[in-house]
Amino acid sequence: MFPRPIQQASAPAQTAYKTMLPIALILWLLPLIAVAVFSIKPASDFTQGNYWGMPGSFEMFNNYGQVFFNSDMPRYMLNSVLITVPTVIGAVALSAMAGFALGIYKFQSNIWVFFMFVAGNFVPFQILMVPVRDLTLDLGLYNTKTGLVLFHIAFQTGFCTLFMRNFIRALPFPLIEAARVEGVAEWRIFWFVVLPLMKPALAALAVLIFTFIWNDYFWAIVLTQGPDAQPVTAGITSFNAQYRAAYHLMSAGSIVAALPPVLMFFLMQKHFIAGLTLGAVK
Amino acid sequence: MTTAALQDTDPPKRGWYKRNEIAVTPWLFLAPAILFFAVYVIIPIFQSFSISLYDWDGLGQAEYIGLGNYSELMNDRAFEVSLWNNLKWLVFYLLAIPAGLFIALFLNQTVTGIRIYKSLFFFPFVLSQVVVGLVFAWFYLPNEGLLSNMLAMVGFGPVNVLGDPNLATYGIILAGLWPQTAYCMILYLTGLNAVDPEQVEAARLDGAKGWKMLWYVIIPQLKPATFIAFVVTIIGALRSFDLISIMTNGGPFGQTRVLSFYMFEKALSEYGFRMGYGAAIAVVLFLIMLVFIAYFLWSMYREEKGGQ
Repeated sequence: MFPRPIQQASAPAQTAYKTMLPIALILWLLPLIAVAVFSIKPASDFTQGNYWGMPGSFEMFNNYGQVFFNSDMPRYMLNSVLITVPTVIGAVALSAMAGFALGIYKFQSNIWVFFMFVAGNFVPFQILMVPVRDLTLDLGLYNTKTGLVLFHIAFQTGFCTLFMRNFIRALPFPLIEAARVEGVAEWRIFWFVVLPLMKPALAALAVLIFTFIWNDYFWAIVLTQGPDAQPVTAGITSFNAQYRAAYHLMSAGSIVAALPPVLMFFLMQKHFIAGLTLGAVK
Repeated sequence: MTTAALQDTDPPKRGWYKRNEIAVTPWLFLAPAILFFAVYVIIPIFQSFSISLYDWDGLGQAEYIGLGNYSELMNDRAFEVSLWNNLKWLVFYLLAIPAGLFIALFLNQTVTGIRIYKSLFFFPFVLSQVVVGLVFAWFYLPNEGLLSNMLAMVGFGPVNVLGDPNLATYGIILAGLWPQTAYCMILYLTGLNAVDPEQVEAARLDGAKGWKMLWYVIIPQLKPATFIAFVVTIIGALRSFDLISIMTNGGPFGQTRVLSFYMFEKALSEYGFRMGYGAAIAVVLFLIMLVFIAYFLWSMYREEKGGQ
């Protein structure tokens, strides 16, 4: 193990390490802690210039109540859910199939199709912006959740296919050969042999894509406008325009907007990290 | 009945699909993904190339002007500033890799509660860039912000990071480094977990320790993690848009624009709908990215060939 385990170090060094851990963490999360503190302060603190002192009063329920019951935030949150969930399902389904095809079958153009997905996944969004916006307008899907979902599914399929294909490559191939010898139809091999083995990959991708899409901002402002279809990342800017300089409400709003992916991460931590670090180890 | 006769009559009974099952199935499975990807990703890349040759406001008749947009770019001061800022992003964003490695080494211990520390250090990555941008914009507020207050405690006057044309871009990059460092950290933590303990022990017996051990024994074994960290950081640097849009909206005086932001501004904002010009900027950005994409694909290709 590297660095040398701290247990082998002297007692003072161990104590030093254990005191440095929380200090380093607080420094690391300082900007965030500040926002969390802002979000429970009363409005009067900011007008009186008490930004960093003790909160004048504890207004957590008031501030968050305002966000939930007195603004468009719940609508934006619902939009985010209705955009994110179908995208996750669509992208995972398409890429599970594509990954199966590229991972199991040996045909000539296999690696080129694979590289098309990989390369497309790396392109800067801006090169797609004008044509995709146009296409969405032509389909009559501008400013709809469907328009965003269709694009997100397509774009995420690149990354997901890369992920699925590499995962399937690592499965024991004799299992599939055995099924073929038994005369099992190919689509049944996919459904009954490969798919059950892919559960960890499906879970990891679902959590990752959920976070990516929930946090998307660029496409939200390119393809939608207004509270009918906009997700919460775009909504938070109109929310902030509405409550300009009301830091207690803006902070509470930001925390609410950030919460779902954070919960997802803490609940599904193992899958999340397995997904992000695939390929980081040989 | 002989078996030979059976075999003769068998093939016609099986359908065309059954006979070609192995060859056809992969394409059936690939069809939906390829369709979506072609319509929304591959074809638009070529469309952007073609739009960049036109003068077009997005609604009316597009007028073909050849390389007109590109020659205009050559004399566009704002474009030049954006290009330089992209370079700054590329260089300084890469600091996330050593920073991530450093934190990973710091946290790679087995004391009680270390798992919680690891997840809390990783936490900024889960936040959307919009929230990161807001958090840092408040952190940087000239008088009320935490940064100015902390500087005041050690005797420095307030700084208006985002209002200073020379500092603003670095302030935004620093905000971007926060989640990116967390990402690199988690890559390296996973990598360190898989470092071969026998090699480490052997090197220790040979008297290697500290920097030497890190440089000659550990870092070579972390190569796959470094490669991924490099790929995601380069892509992240060239895609930077959200933070700029939230924190400064390109200002002050357009000094924090990058290509991706300038392109958006030209094509879709109050400065007019110049789709052709915007597409030309996007093409330049794409060509820069293409250098890296080619390198990444080449590395992966070698890997594939080596692996089989």
